[in-house]
Amino acid sequence: MSFSNIDTMTEVSVEQREINDVSSTILQIKDLNVYVEDHHILKNINLEIPKNRVTVLLGPSGCGKTTLLKCMNKLTDLYRELEVSGSILIDGDDILNTSKNVPSIRQKMGLLSQRPYPLPVSIYKNVAYGIKLKGIRDKKLIQYSVQKNLEEVGLWDEVKDRLNSPATSLSIGQQQRLCLARGLAVKPRIILADEPTSALDPISSKTIEELFRRLKKHYTIILVTHVLRQAIRLADNVVFMSDGAIIEQGSPDELFNNPQTDKLKEYLVEGN
Amino acid sequence: MKRKNIEEGIFKILSAVASYSIIAILAFILLIVFVKGFGALNLDMITKTPKGGFYYGGEGGVLNAIVGSIYIGLGSTVIAIIIGAPAALYINVHLIRFKKAQNVVRYFLDALWGIPPIVYGAFGFTLMLYLGMNASLIAGIITVSLLILPIMVRSFDEVLCTIPKGLHEASLALGSTKTEMAYKVMFKQGFSGFITAVLLSFARGIGDAAAVMFTAGYTDLIPVTFDEPAATLPLAVFFQLSSPIPEVRERAYASAAILTIMILVISLVARFVSHRYSKSNIN
Repeated sequence: MSFSNIDTMTEVSVEQREINDVSSTILQIKDLNVYVEDHHILKNINLEIPKNRVTVLLGPSGCGKTTLLKCMNKLTDLYRELEVSGSILIDGDDILNTSKNVPSIRQKMGLLSQRPYPLPVSIYKNVAYGIKLKGIRDKKLIQYSVQKNLEEVGLWDEVKDRLNSPATSLSIGQQQRLCLARGLAVKPRIILADEPTSALDPISSKTIEELFRRLKKHYTIILVTHVLRQAIRLADNVVFMSDGAIIEQGSPDELFNNPQTDKLKEYLVEGN
Repeated sequence: MKRKNIEEGIFKILSAVASYSIIAILAFILLIVFVKGFGALNLDMITKTPKGGFYYGGEGGVLNAIVGSIYIGLGSTVIAIIIGAPAALYINVHLIRFKKAQNVVRYFLDALWGIPPIVYGAFGFTLMLYLGMNASLIAGIITVSLLILPIMVRSFDEVLCTIPKGLHEASLALGSTKTEMAYKVMFKQGFSGFITAVLLSFARGIGDAAAVMFTAGYTDLIPVTFDEPAATLPLAVFFQLSSPIPEVRERAYASAAILTIMILVISLVARFVSHRYSKSNIN
């Protein structure tokens, strides 16, 4: 099998995706409600995420942004206290109610957490992990994909001589880029980023933001942040949340220059 | 300010006394067994089997008991790992959304941990009779595995509880099933803790007398098959100490010294391996 076949073999190729999608909807959330015992923490969320755009989920701490993100790839399964209802559709599959293979649906959505969680293996094996889960066993294909994805996040030159070192030996900023490369290696369609720069220094944060700007040509990015300036820098589409509900959504220009609700006005004033 | 300094000083002294007391107790135990057993501590003790019987014989060594203890420790540890590792992973992976079920399982494990070894010995004896078995190596292994199983599962469980949820999420988000997450990520992440738990359970297994008294039996010979009786070091200490002959009682202390050294070595190995794997757990 040739290297050029790897994209088609693993998922739809980047180029193909670019041709197919010009800001149509990739993810649709319908009537999503999440309860923790008696607390209603996500309230009747209805949302459409446009393809190949950066959608920023913005709002004060505790407003439900992270919970919404975890619902999107059903990581709520790990939280015993969460009761989730509604539907989240990607490619016609409702991840919350599907009888299909949830891991394969999850692979359509790469995850970048608040702080990096490298797997307890080497740098190389971190990136190869998801590729192997897709059933790819050809060592050369895996090597090619590992290099390609490390290059994509600008980490290859920094780690190419120590690929077998523990991933935890990298700096936090490098670990976060490694986690991004690891996520990209499974060819996701969406990148779910939950405050990915909150644990990073300003230089590493800037690197991640630059990566997002570059990656949005090929991927849909859903970014959770409460940093207003980051939202202004990156967003194509903004969803403002407060107290578990979507208050306003639209383009950055609409929301930041012409807020309609008092909550958003107040948030913008405080954020500045 | 002065009062705070006095409080601080008293607390520091009490903490230091408590810490050094523990070391002193260990040193005292070692001193007693080594001083009392010094006359009998020689190479024969670890290279030869007893001559003239373990109760009256003052010659030979306790190689039969050393080998028997290692056999029982190893066998029971293997069985406990085979059952214990999946059980601990099940509690932490598949029962993660079922807090009550988790609590019930943990409660039973804690209760089993608290049951005295003699009760396990009595249970193993009953089971042995029911199955038509004699006191044997395999009966000892099964009984000791029951004894160390809750210790191992709860130790594994505690290790798994320390693994951050972010790592679970990262693994699942990459497309792992829960089983893949358990074995490829959680197991590796907790590996150094697992090694420590296994070695400490092994040490517990070779050090117990009550569980093997009725089940493994005792013999001057080294067992060659699973259905032969097996001697163990704790029972060697027990039987030799109750002998009327002073030389044999001295050998009891020498046996105790050997057992203590074995436990200390296992503890040191556990610390070393744990430290080493926690630093270089990469492949």
